Amino acid sequence: MTAPLIELVDIAKHFGPVIALNGVTLSVEAGECHCLLGDNGAGKSTFIKTMSGVHKPNRGEIRVDGEVVSFSSPRDAMAAGIATVYQDLAMIPLMSVTRNFWMGREPERKFGPFKLFDFATANRITMEEMAKMGIHLRSPDQAVGTLSGGERQTVAIARAVHFGAKVLILDEPTSALGVRQTANVLATIDRVRKAGIGLIFITHNVRHALAVGDRFTVLNRGKTLGTARRGEIDAEALQDMMAGGRELAELAGSLGGTV
Amino acid sequence: MSTADGRSVEQLRDEARDERVREMSRFRKALIRPELGAICGTILVFVFFLSIAGDSGMFAPEGILNWGTVSAQFAIIAVGACLLMIAGEFDLSVGSMIGFSGIVIALLTVQVGLPAWAAILIAFALAMAIGAFNGYLVIRTGLPSFIVTLAFLYILRGLTIFISITTTRKTIIGGVREAAESDPIAWLFGGKAFHGLFVWLSQHGIVGTFVAGPKAGQPVIEGIPMLMVWALVLIVLGHLLLTRTKFGNWIFAAGGDAQAARYVGVPVNRVKISMFMLTAFCATVFATCQVMEFGSAAADRGLLKEFEAIISVVIGGALLTGGYGSVVGAALGALIFGVVQQGLFFAGVESSLFRVFLGVILLLAVILNTYIRRMITGER
Repeated sequence: MTAPLIELVDIAKHFGPVIALNGVTLSVEAGECHCLLGDNGAGKSTFIKTMSGVHKPNRGEIRVDGEVVSFSSPRDAMAAGIATVYQDLAMIPLMSVTRNFWMGREPERKFGPFKLFDFATANRITMEEMAKMGIHLRSPDQAVGTLSGGERQTVAIARAVHFGAKVLILDEPTSALGVRQTANVLATIDRVRKAGIGLIFITHNVRHALAVGDRFTVLNRGKTLGTARRGEIDAEALQDMMAGGRELAELAGSLGGTV
Repeated sequence: MSTADGRSVEQLRDEARDERVREMSRFRKALIRPELGAICGTILVFVFFLSIAGDSGMFAPEGILNWGTVSAQFAIIAVGACLLMIAGEFDLSVGSMIGFSGIVIALLTVQVGLPAWAAILIAFALAMAIGAFNGYLVIRTGLPSFIVTLAFLYILRGLTIFISITTTRKTIIGGVREAAESDPIAWLFGGKAFHGLFVWLSQHGIVGTFVAGPKAGQPVIEGIPMLMVWALVLIVLGHLLLTRTKFGNWIFAAGGDAQAARYVGVPVNRVKISMFMLTAFCATVFATCQVMEFGSAAADRGLLKEFEAIISVVIGGALLTGGYGSVVGAALGALIFGVVQQGLFFAGVESSLFRVFLGVILLLAVILNTYIRRMITGER
């Protein structure tokens, strides 16, 4: 069996006296969507930042393609093919889709002694990549602010894929979206997975996770409580593990439905 | 715009057409742009002055040179202020920087006796170092640039007056023109361009000539002041930098959302610091042109220039919070500013009305700009 794309073993992270992570283990295979579920404050953000090279773990190992690595900056993680799509920081709404898509990696062409932003190439590739993801752009110089929330997430995902991401970390891509928008993003996730990219889908919505996930890991109070495969676990069990169960079950009882 | 595989952007768009996206006509698309507010303002102002001051000489060559020079002054500092504002920061020390650079040049040439070229180069180096320090402070402390540069507004102005008084016991230092005579680079700031063209124009009766005195027979307009050439060059280069280069994309990104830009590897700090240096550079260009033209420097030069620059930029459609704007718009804002200021003089209107007029234009332009921006960016 080949090594997973990325493997995190027993990661711990402290901020002074605060223990944000205390033993997190997770791996992602190629073409798999691994859902990481956790309630607010469970340590999801710290974990994302550790994977994407913003934080250095105090304990534990990160292995990429079976080899131990140490990221000292987000650039290192990106160079290793690990891309993160942040929930609200993915795109700059005032800028055009093309400008956002190529931000930080603009293609250039020579013009005499000067180097200019090659808009012809940039616009064409942007339109192609968006079409692949099923997004209908009016024009590549349309501002991202005119797109819906789901479309923005999709542009960010398409950007990461285009720039050679092997592992894509999605930080709550569906939490601020309506039903139809969510469906679009989940469809995008499926599309990316089929292209052989490994996804880590971070969410606190069990239904969204069950809709696309291959494996599920629950993060609670800075620890992972094991990983389950698709079909081995149901929504209620995940919900219970996420929130410590009992109180939520009582509330569900009194409200007459699942929370 | 056809592409490698023969499909154009338009074709790709047609393949992906969405029935809910309303098509925009070409005309509407060409019209809806960040500079629209400034374009409307420019047309309005020109129509207004053509009707009330059309026969006052305002639109004769000398008149055009008059308001053109004033507009060029505004434009030089507006280009720097515009790019800095798009990068998400303010510089309120521009006016004080103008006074400071001017005094540095005058002191070094007249008091110290350095050649003008050396004095000019030192002034540019000093000003840009101070600009970089401004930027460094803003980034290291995380304070709003509004506060940091407000501090420098006072620090630089105070220092300028202090240096000038302690060395010469005056706040105005003259005699620079004599010192800059036949200097290799001083003409770049104080000279006149296209002298030959105006001689030719006067021979053909398009431009008047002096009829008496030592200059009899010479055209009344010697040439285009280098100040205007600088303004045009800065506008064109600033516009190309912002809209056509990678660095321009970083300027938008740094102002639009610095954190998002950092996440994708944009060197936001470097972009912001270099824009602070650019505003200092523009302020020094302004100061040098003024010193070379008047032959003197005064410690109180450049008062309120920072606000005039910011007003030009805002009339030009830039967003005060950064990430959005246009150099061409800012240049039009400067043109509006210059035409209104000089036009009321030509029209013989009480000069205090200048401020009323300016305030009204500022308000109208900003209201219009806000609507246009919402149309383009989908803000609510």
